[in-house]
Amino acid sequence: MATAAKKAPAKSRSDGKSGLSAPKPAEFTRDEELAAYRHMLLIRRFEEKAGQLYGMGFIGGFCHLYIGQEAVVTGMKMALIEGDQMITAYRDHGHMLAMELSPRGVMAELTGRRGGLSRGKGGSMHMFSKEKHFYGGHGIVGAQVSLGTGLAFANRYRDNNNVSLTYFGDGAANQGQVYESFNMASLWKLPVIYIIENNRYAMGTSVSRSSAETDFSHRGASFKIPGIQVDGMDVRAVKAAGDLAAEWCRAGNGPLILEMQTYRYRGHSMSDPAKYRSKEEVQKMRSEHDPIEQVKARLIEKKWATEDELKAIDKEVRDVVADAAEFAQNDAEPDPSELWTDIVL
Amino acid sequence: MPIEILMPALSPTMEEGNLSKWLKNEGDKVVAGDVIAEIETDKATMEVEAVDEGTLGKILIAAGTEGVKVNTPIAVLLQDGESAADVGKPSAPAKAEAPAKAEAPAAEDKAEATKPAAAPVAAAPKTEIAADPDIPVGTEMVSTTVREALRDAMAEEMRRDGDVFVMGEEVAEYQGAYKITQGLLQEFGPRRVVDTPITEHGFAGVGVGAAMAGLKPIVEFMTFNFAMQAIDQIINSAAKTLYMSGGQMGAPIVFRGPNGAAARVAAQHSQCYAAWYSHIPGLKVVMPYTAADAKGLLKAAIRDPNPIIFLENEILYGQSFDVPKLDDFVLPIGKARIHKTGKDVTIVSFGIGMTYAVKAEAELRGLGIDAEIIDLRTIRPLDLDTIIASVKKTNRLVVVEEGFPQSSVGDHIANQVSQRAFDFLDAPVITIAGKDVPMPYAANLEKLALPNVGEVVEAVKAVTYR
Repeated sequence: MATAAKKAPAKSRSDGKSGLSAPKPAEFTRDEELAAYRHMLLIRRFEEKAGQLYGMGFIGGFCHLYIGQEAVVTGMKMALIEGDQMITAYRDHGHMLAMELSPRGVMAELTGRRGGLSRGKGGSMHMFSKEKHFYGGHGIVGAQVSLGTGLAFANRYRDNNNVSLTYFGDGAANQGQVYESFNMASLWKLPVIYIIENNRYAMGTSVSRSSAETDFSHRGASFKIPGIQVDGMDVRAVKAAGDLAAEWCRAGNGPLILEMQTYRYRGHSMSDPAKYRSKEEVQKMRSEHDPIEQVKARLIEKKWATEDELKAIDKEVRDVVADAAEFAQNDAEPDPSELWTDIVL
Repeated sequence: MPIEILMPALSPTMEEGNLSKWLKNEGDKVVAGDVIAEIETDKATMEVEAVDEGTLGKILIAAGTEGVKVNTPIAVLLQDGESAADVGKPSAPAKAEAPAKAEAPAAEDKAEATKPAAAPVAAAPKTEIAADPDIPVGTEMVSTTVREALRDAMAEEMRRDGDVFVMGEEVAEYQGAYKITQGLLQEFGPRRVVDTPITEHGFAGVGVGAAMAGLKPIVEFMTFNFAMQAIDQIINSAAKTLYMSGGQMGAPIVFRGPNGAAARVAAQHSQCYAAWYSHIPGLKVVMPYTAADAKGLLKAAIRDPNPIIFLENEILYGQSFDVPKLDDFVLPIGKARIHKTGKDVTIVSFGIGMTYAVKAEAELRGLGIDAEIIDLRTIRPLDLDTIIASVKKTNRLVVVEEGFPQSSVGDHIANQVSQRAFDFLDAPVITIAGKDVPMPYAANLEKLALPNVGEVVEAVKAVTYR
């Protein structure tokens, strides 16, 4: 056994333990820092506005905000090439903005208007864009993991060098079909990056109360899928892990798990008062680990941007969000005939 | 006493098989566990092992005999001290009757098994199948099993479109648990004929994801009972995405496999899902009876851009029907077929339910009742127009299915007919379904749980006031 282990190349572990370790955070150029800042800020401001519109009654149903987790989708997007797919669950507004879906289209879908990305028939949890390779937006916890594995199956079938970014939370990580998917993805060497956004709470249940193995990077051990824990609050760390994972998949090594250690500032959904955690815990994350503040501090420190320049970016972002909100509040509701369209082709 | 070796049943639905080869000769010593013969069913070739010890005294059924009924004596085993001369009693009558059965069984057995494939020339007093307007007049017909028809449909579509692939448990190397995918691995290779682990929820989701990415998966469930594990992906992911995406993205996928009661497999393996899936907007539900419909509709299903539930039946797999010999035989989904025209009563059924309808019709003819039989073929979208046109002519309706009675397909039809053609009805619609009980195992109870021909005959007599 010992000799066999020695012979195995360092990268292709067979013991199920971590054979790969988290890479050092990427060294960002000024442009990359500024782009990351802008993208994360867009998600933050967009979500704040969505929360506001929800409170005003413009947005109905469930609405799950991504505030606090912006570095995860932003860093991962920076590791993608054209044609790579993304799929996630219902905390999806950030993912859609990262995949460059139109803020107007997303916000108008939240308000249930005809200009929404799903023409008002999907809502917050169900939006898609074939053009931008965004495959939803899924309301059933864990279902997107099998679907994302299917996207990777299509990539391998077509031998097209693309990778499926399949996101799910620490809560979904306890669903059975996640492991059914892990098994097939590993068996068939499918190019899928399983990104577990561990924001510490599955709705109101903390990881330690819901999960026997709280190190989610080990969740692929039974399937020989390596995993890495990543500081999901640092966009540079996410980008470096994303690069490594994408390269791993494109080289034909099969799936990889990235556990993104992140945090959501808001409740699970708009109606969640988040009594299961202390205000101090949230405040500590905000003040010490905020993904946007981290980038801002580096930009100022390196003198890559002045306060005024950052304020100008802030204003541009606010304008984009204000325009989206304006559109979403004033756009017409879907025509009643839409009730009967898009059921079957 | 010499021991008779009987033709064994090798699957729950096997009624007969071919004795392909003897591996022992008369006079050979046999111990328990020895392989003595090979038997070929429509699903597989199986070895027959000796259970007792002795000498193979007499072979009663020659190698190469086809259609040997289960429990026919096929050989005689001699115990110590016995000789071929002792074979006398058991062998003589067995010998006389076994080959006779083996020689001419096909026609007889199948007549009993409701073979409705009325070759127009055949003199047999069978139901005259109405011509399917979707098959050009004069088309050459080839007798084909439902099993072969399904396989041919998949093979033809896979040749036609490189995005079509089939995945499921045992579909590749094993050649299909029910041999429906026989030969596909050899022709198309492991990239397109994919054996999955036993993981229905997972591979259904993988199939839907691949379909969202533009491939055209055929997902085989070993039976639809196991699709219960996957029903969330079928309904929440496959059926709803087109709507939820405002028409941007759908799932062109076929979920297929045997559905409903097979034989003696009890409650968890015997359930008809026609009504379940027909409840869901965004799905199409197809349930063919004949081999021609199985072929033409499976080809249509594979080409259809929507998620399709394609419900087959294990008992029908081995039955033969005429299939048109056409290069590209595709039937429309959503169109019922008038199986037999008639004027006194309309009997609507689908899938294996048709076997009851067809047998009942023959009996009813003897009573002077001329029944029209409609084979729905598709449960969703439901071809109500064809049903209603028929009811307007006959003024009487009986619906037959094997599924449970509450919220059944028949209930829905009865409701729609009462709303749309009430004034044309001369009697209440009668729906015949399986009994409202989990499927029992015992042979007699299972028989009681399923619909039967007598019930259909009685229902027709009731609505025609005979």
